[in-house]
Amino acid sequence: MSKTVEVRIKRQDSPKSPAYWAEFAVAYEEGMNVISLLQAIRRDPKDKSGKTVAPVTWESSCLEEVCGACTMVINGQVRQACTALVDKLEQPVKLEPMSKFPVERDLRVNRQRIFDNLKKINAWVEVDGYHDLGPGPRQNPDDQTTTYKLSECMSCGCCMEVCPQFTDINDFIGAAVLGQARLFNMHPTGAMQMPARLDKVTGPGGIQDCGLAQQCVKACPKHIPLVETIGALQRDITLTQVLGALKK
Amino acid sequence: MSDKRVLIVGGGLAGLAAAMKACELGLEVDIFSMVHVKRSHSVCAQGGINGAVNTKGEGDSPYIHFVDTIKGGDFLADQPPVLSMCEAAPAVINMMDRLGVTFNRTPEGLLDFRRFGGTLHHRTAFAGASTGQQLLYSLDEQVRRWEAEGKVRKFENWEFTRLILDKDGKAVGIVAQDLSTMEFKSFPGFAVVLATGGPGLMFGKTTNSTINFGSATAAAYKQGVWYGNPEMVQIHPTGIPGSDKLRLISESARGEGGRVWVPRNKGDKRPWNEIPPAERYYFLEERYPLYGNLVPRDIASREIALICTKEGLGIGGRNAVYLDLTHRSEEYLLKKLGAILDIYEKFRGVDPKKVPMEIYPAYHYSMGGLYAGYETDETGRLLKNSPANQMTNIPGVYAIGEADHQYHGANRLGANSLMSCIFAGLVCGESVAALAANSKTAPAESSLLEKECKHEEEAYKKLLAQDGPENPFVIHKELGDAMSAFCLIERHNDELKQLQGMIDGFEARLKKASSLDKSGSGNMSAVFLRQLDGMITMAKAVVDAALLRDECRGAHSKPAFDNPAPSKETPIEDPAWTAYYEKFLAQTQTWLKTTVAKHDPSKSHPTIEYKEVDTRHLSPEPRDYTGVGKKAWKKFMDKRKAAEAKA
Repeated sequence: MSKTVEVRIKRQDSPKSPAYWAEFAVAYEEGMNVISLLQAIRRDPKDKSGKTVAPVTWESSCLEEVCGACTMVINGQVRQACTALVDKLEQPVKLEPMSKFPVERDLRVNRQRIFDNLKKINAWVEVDGYHDLGPGPRQNPDDQTTTYKLSECMSCGCCMEVCPQFTDINDFIGAAVLGQARLFNMHPTGAMQMPARLDKVTGPGGIQDCGLAQQCVKACPKHIPLVETIGALQRDITLTQVLGALKK
Repeated sequence: MSDKRVLIVGGGLAGLAAAMKACELGLEVDIFSMVHVKRSHSVCAQGGINGAVNTKGEGDSPYIHFVDTIKGGDFLADQPPVLSMCEAAPAVINMMDRLGVTFNRTPEGLLDFRRFGGTLHHRTAFAGASTGQQLLYSLDEQVRRWEAEGKVRKFENWEFTRLILDKDGKAVGIVAQDLSTMEFKSFPGFAVVLATGGPGLMFGKTTNSTINFGSATAAAYKQGVWYGNPEMVQIHPTGIPGSDKLRLISESARGEGGRVWVPRNKGDKRPWNEIPPAERYYFLEERYPLYGNLVPRDIASREIALICTKEGLGIGGRNAVYLDLTHRSEEYLLKKLGAILDIYEKFRGVDPKKVPMEIYPAYHYSMGGLYAGYETDETGRLLKNSPANQMTNIPGVYAIGEADHQYHGANRLGANSLMSCIFAGLVCGESVAALAANSKTAPAESSLLEKECKHEEEAYKKLLAQDGPENPFVIHKELGDAMSAFCLIERHNDELKQLQGMIDGFEARLKKASSLDKSGSGNMSAVFLRQLDGMITMAKAVVDAALLRDECRGAHSKPAFDNPAPSKETPIEDPAWTAYYEKFLAQTQTWLKTTVAKHDPSKSHPTIEYKEVDTRHLSPEPRDYTGVGKKAWKKFMDKRKAAEAKA
């Protein structure tokens, strides 16, 4: 018999229905990743016992680990399914939806909270208009190294999944969103808008809710220095407060 | 003020640029996207964005950018929009910089630029190895700002399924489906902007994202929007074969000395490091001694594909060749190619510094798209604030980004896509604002909105109830394999005719397919029946147009109708060159035309028509990247014109 991959998937038929486990055996192919396991299942949607079931629902887009869509919990670790190579995974491969966001169906969750929080903290550079105003401000190439790293954040939610402070009963905004506040504070134009942004960052669910568990930085697939970033943001806050007090 | 609401379908670079511009001009916007807009396919673009900012003292200019783009596209692009795009490009890059894109910098703190294919200038601004992602994020942030101000509503995880047209045939809204609850809803709006990306998934495994069905395009096309140049699709020579998709390895791997080879002996099963140098076939170097591994994209793609499919020399008999960097020191590779080689290792689990990479050409981009129009001023540029710019043949329906047919002709230059997406988006924002100012159309009647919504609900119910023996995902795989085998690298009329039959077969099987899932929640399978139907619809347009176009132009390669330049290096007054030029002119006369595919509900295949290309700024000439024939072409044309004047 040809080689197969054993897969266990935590399924849920609708947002309100109970979760259950389903088992599959997928024919092995060289170079498979978790996405191709799921694709193989939908081309022949039968569970391990041979019973026909509905294909599994999951979210995906780029499959190059730059969009963040296919994030799920794989063998207990939150990560993107596209870079989870079957050859490097223990079997059975265990797939679960992220636990910190509401499940919509099977492995697909609703991560709207991340985007709402980005809105909350003014995660943008405010410009005068989209017409031609000439070149932007000059920037130090060293700063660009830092800002590019921060800007690689794809709002996947890995840092929130592992954060003990980020739960469904509080409104902590999470490390990724704090990282974005730091990103816009570093931009020469964004820096001018720092006081308003920091007001939001220190508001309800803000930076003070971080418990310094430091799990975020280990879980970030883009290796964004989140702990260091939160520290830098704390410094921005202190400085802004001191400067504000001096001006009074 | 619902009559001032514009509906933008798609939240990639083009859709978001249009949204933010429209908001700035006082409109309100609804954005529809199958994923959170931050996860759109634009994130996949790595290399950069072109604009002749000319900070390197090279004398680059927007006009040279224009010439490169037109020539690169083999003269098939209408020239006024391209000229306006190239002239606006430096300002667009500056604007994106002001919005906070983390572009790479020079030591002086200015934007840095790199060189890309099809030009001699440093014209490509870049942000690390993920320029598309960085540009998208900055536009996403601007749109979020407008969202916070209440000007934008986002419908993410929604799929557009139908245009709502009033009795005069003008767009007054859309129907879309929530992909979580599976509910349909009608949305009224005075204009509909289709920024829905390319239709890549009809080719199966490609470099495209899993959302690039082209089904939105297909829905609009079936309702009467024309489709331009469907046969023009681009292949990238160095894709990384994957079990789920094909990822790109940048051209810079070859630029830094990467060598392409296969075992010289058919059926050689030895691992790469046991094959001695004499038994390695460096086929690009042997066949093209001058350019070697750096031959242009189309030639490299063709050679790599044919050595596997026709000569059977692919690694282990598979469709793959080696791209070998192992002769370079690890230190050198880390410094020059670190980020790119990381990607390969991440997805293949093999270190390309120690083991040669395995690559194969991959479908990459569609130059063709929904037919977008324009209006010009007296200088032959886009007339500013004309509601006609980017509008399709259906009043109030616009097309932008990879979804439109403008800007790239028969072949796209690297790093021009990001610019064309943002530029078309900004232009479209102005167009819809102008339309809103002049529009006297009454808002959609609620009875019409209800009726159209019902129409889609009924159609979906039928899909959901489908219970035949066929699996739609299997049909899709076969469609992709067939399209890639017979309609991608090289096209032959007998094979294309065969492919037409195969596609008709897939269509028949789709009717006997099952929805696989009867659930009313997050049902990916039932909607896939609709998406696959869209892919089949558009595949017919691609194949039919490819079959009719009997020539080689840009990415469309049909060897039986090739007009290769003679190999002699001194073409002046040579009869072989004269014959070549005569044939070129005849071919231009017959085929320098935009293909327009129109859906005819009474027929199972599209009606194909042709439109003249607007070449008012630059006359077509043979594409010549060697410089050899330039003088001879001028002499030939002078002589010809003199003869014509005499007659």
